[in-house]
Amino acid sequence: MSVTEDKAALIVRKPAAAGVETPFMRFRSDFTDSWVATAALAVLCLIILIAVFAPLIAPQNPYDLGQVDIMESRQPPGSRSFQGYIFLLGSDGAGRDLFSAILYGLRISLSVGAMSGVIALAIGSTVGLAAAYLGGRTEAFIMRVVDIQLSFPAILIALMLLAVFGKGVDKIMIALVTVQWAYYARTVRSSALVERSKEYVEAANCLGLSHKRILFRHILPNCLAPLIVVGTVQTAHAIALEATLSFLGVGLPQTEPSLGLLISNGFEYMLSGRYWISFFPGIALLVTIVSINLVGDQLRDVLNPRLQR
Amino acid sequence: MSAPKPTLAVEDLCTYFFTKSGVVKAVDKVSFEIGAGEVLGLVGESGSGKTVTGFSIVGLIDQPGRIVSGSIRYKGEELIGASEERLRHIRGNRIAMIFQDPTMTLNPVLRIDTQLVEAITAHSDTDARTAWEQSRDALGQVGIPSPEERLKCYPHELSGGMRQRVAIAIAFLNKPNLIIADEPTTALDVTIQAQIIYEAQTLCRKTGTALLWITHDLAVVAGLADRICVMYAGRIVEEGGADNVIDRPLHPYTAGLIGSVPSHNRRGKRLAQIPGSTPSLLNLPEGCAFRTRCKFNDDTCLEEPEVTHPAKDRSLRCFHPVSRGPAP
Repeated sequence: MSVTEDKAALIVRKPAAAGVETPFMRFRSDFTDSWVATAALAVLCLIILIAVFAPLIAPQNPYDLGQVDIMESRQPPGSRSFQGYIFLLGSDGAGRDLFSAILYGLRISLSVGAMSGVIALAIGSTVGLAAAYLGGRTEAFIMRVVDIQLSFPAILIALMLLAVFGKGVDKIMIALVTVQWAYYARTVRSSALVERSKEYVEAANCLGLSHKRILFRHILPNCLAPLIVVGTVQTAHAIALEATLSFLGVGLPQTEPSLGLLISNGFEYMLSGRYWISFFPGIALLVTIVSINLVGDQLRDVLNPRLQR
Repeated sequence: MSAPKPTLAVEDLCTYFFTKSGVVKAVDKVSFEIGAGEVLGLVGESGSGKTVTGFSIVGLIDQPGRIVSGSIRYKGEELIGASEERLRHIRGNRIAMIFQDPTMTLNPVLRIDTQLVEAITAHSDTDARTAWEQSRDALGQVGIPSPEERLKCYPHELSGGMRQRVAIAIAFLNKPNLIIADEPTTALDVTIQAQIIYEAQTLCRKTGTALLWITHDLAVVAGLADRICVMYAGRIVEEGGADNVIDRPLHPYTAGLIGSVPSHNRRGKRLAQIPGSTPSLLNLPEGCAFRTRCKFNDDTCLEEPEVTHPAKDRSLRCFHPVSRGPAP
């Protein structure tokens, strides 16, 4: 490798770099303007990675009853387990290593939040698009259903549904989707209404394209910006709601604790000095939700056309 | 008229908008014909109903507007009341439209090639590869340099003139028999405007496509159109051959329009202007709509002027045609 070769490489690369700025590049530079948001994004990525690779990181599988010993319950952080590893964050009432339980709990919380978010988004945006495009009575009907749905507190609807259905990951996802689709429907409808009156939709109509194509190919992609923002915020809501439901004991089964259930399990020991059983899952939940919300806030600032710099 | 069926025949078209404050007669008893390869210029001020006429032809009048009566025949086929299916087949395929603002007519999130290819595949079973090649050739035809690279661009990466060329390319893509161009050059600067008019003209001559060019700019129409229709307050007040109308306008409104074009010869002098402004379509003056701004206005104008044919291939809605030359 000589110096001249390096220079040649630089010259070759330059035109490409100086080329047209893609929307993604601008988005990235806008997003990284705020170091808080960048840090939050990094934390969020880290949390997701930890959750995905939990079985590789956790010293114990907290769902495997063979590995959990009731004799080791409520050990303080730093004490040594019978198997020889250290309870980094202590153990809970069932003798589960809290560090492992938090990792596995994050997995459940994140996947339940994200999955229900995606399903609610799919349902909500289809319904919202249909409302905006069809107009008239259909729209009025759909939007009144949305209004009614949104006028009930989310936790109330979810509690009622879970009381009927019972416990389980699938049931809690149904409950979360039910309380969330309306937010997406409302968001998509309002931006689709704006897009529908734009000239490119008229032009697409003039080209004789089918309604389906105009809806999903032309209008929906143009509504993505607000959807992404609502999606992020709603995912954080879903995680918090799931934790609340589990805390109230209607969410997930005791054998597979999510963060909410972990907090609830240690709640009664809070004042007896065994703070760690509730404290650490709480911190994990807090960090997750705050980082998602910070990312969502920044996304909103970047994607909001009215704040465009 | 003559024996061969015109590409488009509009007869007594009335498009009204039923608003809360009353009925807006945006297009009132409008009739014209365009033959194959012919360029018809539809001229008028803003709000005179030019665009609504264009939209009526492609059947894109939204609520609260409605085509109340009249007939629009495309090669003898009635379009008013035709099925949605049939209209969609004709739209984009046989009748294409070019819009005013090139920054708005392309979908901002789709690449140029996607938008061109889907315009082709919507109307034929062309496979993606052939459609892509056709798109590339179409861009080349409207004078876009290195079309292959441009195809990969997003609309925001192109300039306004480029985008309008793309829009024109899309309009010509399926070799339609009629193109409705709604002020396609208004948003562009004059040099680009001239280029685009030239491209449109040559494409029409080459393919025998009829062109309805909607504009408020007489200068553009003078150089482009074969025939001119002048619209005022929802009606066609004068029609005739382009040179004829420009050189010897008969309707005082046309004369006024021509007189108010700034020109080098009359520098320093006060520009002729038409007094007043376009009346609200909600309460048009009784009789001739131009009455209140017309200096030849008298009692006869209180009645509605019927269409007369003062010369061969000329028609007029006025009791007091200007005798000769533009208005002073």
